[in-house]
Amino acid sequence: MELFGELALGFQVALSWQNLFYCLFGVLLGTLIGVLPGIGPIATIAMLLPVTFTLPPVSALIMLAGIYYGAQYGGSTTAILVNIPGEAASVVTTLDGYQMARRGRAGAALGIAAIGSFIAGCVATLLIALFAPPLADLALKFGPAEYFSLMVLGLVAATVLAHGSLIKAIAMVVLGLLLGLVGTDVNSGVSRFNFGIPELADGIGFVTVAMGMFGIAEIVANLEHREKREVFTAKVGKLLPTAKDFKDASGAIARGTLLGSALGILPGGGALLASFAAYTVEKKVARDASQFGKGDIRGVAGPESANNAGAQTSFIPLLTLGIPSNAVMALMIGAMMIQGIAPGPQVMSEKPDLFWGMIVSMWVGNFLLVVLNLPLIGMWIKLLTVPYRFLFPAILLFCCIGVYSINNSSFDVLVMTLFAVLGYVCVKLECEPAPLILGFILGPMMEENLRRAMLLSRGDPMTFLQKPISASLLAMSVFLLIIVVAPAVRKKREEAFQE
Amino acid sequence: MKIKNAKDFWAGLMFLAFGLGFVVVARSYSMGTAVRMGPSYFPTVLGVVLAVLGAVILFKSFSGERAAVPPLAFRPLFLVLLAIILFALLLKPLGLVLSTFVLTIVGAYAGHEFRWKEVLILAAVLAAFAVLVFNYALQLPFSVWPAALG
Repeated sequence: MELFGELALGFQVALSWQNLFYCLFGVLLGTLIGVLPGIGPIATIAMLLPVTFTLPPVSALIMLAGIYYGAQYGGSTTAILVNIPGEAASVVTTLDGYQMARRGRAGAALGIAAIGSFIAGCVATLLIALFAPPLADLALKFGPAEYFSLMVLGLVAATVLAHGSLIKAIAMVVLGLLLGLVGTDVNSGVSRFNFGIPELADGIGFVTVAMGMFGIAEIVANLEHREKREVFTAKVGKLLPTAKDFKDASGAIARGTLLGSALGILPGGGALLASFAAYTVEKKVARDASQFGKGDIRGVAGPESANNAGAQTSFIPLLTLGIPSNAVMALMIGAMMIQGIAPGPQVMSEKPDLFWGMIVSMWVGNFLLVVLNLPLIGMWIKLLTVPYRFLFPAILLFCCIGVYSINNSSFDVLVMTLFAVLGYVCVKLECEPAPLILGFILGPMMEENLRRAMLLSRGDPMTFLQKPISASLLAMSVFLLIIVVAPAVRKKREEAFQE
Repeated sequence: MKIKNAKDFWAGLMFLAFGLGFVVVARSYSMGTAVRMGPSYFPTVLGVVLAVLGAVILFKSFSGERAAVPPLAFRPLFLVLLAIILFALLLKPLGLVLSTFVLTIVGAYAGHEFRWKEVLILAAVLAAFAVLVFNYALQLPFSVWPAALG
């Protein structure tokens, strides 16, 4: 079978000493920062991006992917031990994981989270290998009209799945699209919205935006409250879950993996949604749900498997269509562009080593996480006792150096402060910043495809409805919007996010 | 009419202002036609959409549930921003080490506890780490010390 040949190529690339090292390095670095509360995967990747500049593209992307799922994994450690989600996707893990820790079963919770994540990671990696090639083939047939409609669907889905008010999320996407247009217009060469500032001719860097809105704004929000942390350092207990734990959790792991894989592919999906949905499902299917919220192992196994599976499968739209499905993937696209790779369906055929190497490295990375992190747990716990007053100046410094080093520009650092203010205000006004980042990345691509589509159709907007693929993508967007606005679903959605 | 949802009120106003701002600035570029879109076409359409969305959010804030905007923490916001701005301006003339000290001291002042000894040690550790990692390991072109010292 062709698949095995390609996977073999992937193994060859991923298991080279150099790439193995960067995978390990990324996973460790990601876990390290993921463990620290108050800094999520988006800020982590943005902050560490400059570290990968000097690497060859394959190694850089392998390392970034490693940072991503390492951060994901580290977040759950914090959730279980400190009751603070290290990142948003592990919010639900705090519910039962922390309760398990309070009962002296922190070890079992950490163990099942790691094992569940690993199983989910294996399945998701296989799914990517199976589904990415046919999807990429399909995407190669896409013209500008199809791409435009696909992006519309992606953005609609991202807003539908965002927290809180739908209309505010749509407004954030549109604002993001507009901010993405700042800089020189490729068609006419006109410099737009730069207010006469020459530094803005190349547009605003996406790292600048992400770091300001996520990194810096998060620091300010964290400094509002005095920190209270109760770390269970003394009794982590046995790391290996008991036979009974495995029996209880196996169903939850299987369901979480499937659910997470499916939700990860959806635009706007990914880890966060997957973990929430998995928790709800576990509560629904359990015969005796009375222990949920009091330390039920299924409440840890399900969401943890789901968020890892979702984190992995969210690479599918990125690698096949070149469209990011969430803010983290938007950063990955940015990283690819910095490395001189145009994301899209052609990556698989033109750079098979990169594509398959990255996929296999995800499996390798997951394996490394299980093997390394369980023994290293003592170190992560030590790290958790470092107070925030030492951490945030360090984060501040790395954000500044990270943004500065992209263009060696102090101006970019100053622009970052504007986005920090915007991000902070948005949090206060309950406007989710993630859709803005997505819009920001897609802005120029959308304009370009819209222009080309309209040029090809001689100015007839019906072209979007006459092409079958484009029409069905748009129909799906409308359908999504309708079901969310429909009162019954709206209530359900609010309920789901309440939990 | 009374504002019920202050969060939505300000959010709506913000989107409305951004939308109109983009439309107004885009007026100075050429619009083009639907076949050959000029640089102003797409932003103008988006700006109008954003302004309309903002207006709807604004309008809806006069009814529905009450919600107040949580207080902004001006002190940490101001100090964190000041630390970043100082770092940006001082990095080239003063070099990485001294600007890291400034960033750490001003930034740490935004926290709840500030002890000179701790902060100075932290700044020294961070500066050493930054020079090692970014200058030596990653070979990024920072000047380490003030240019005048050579």
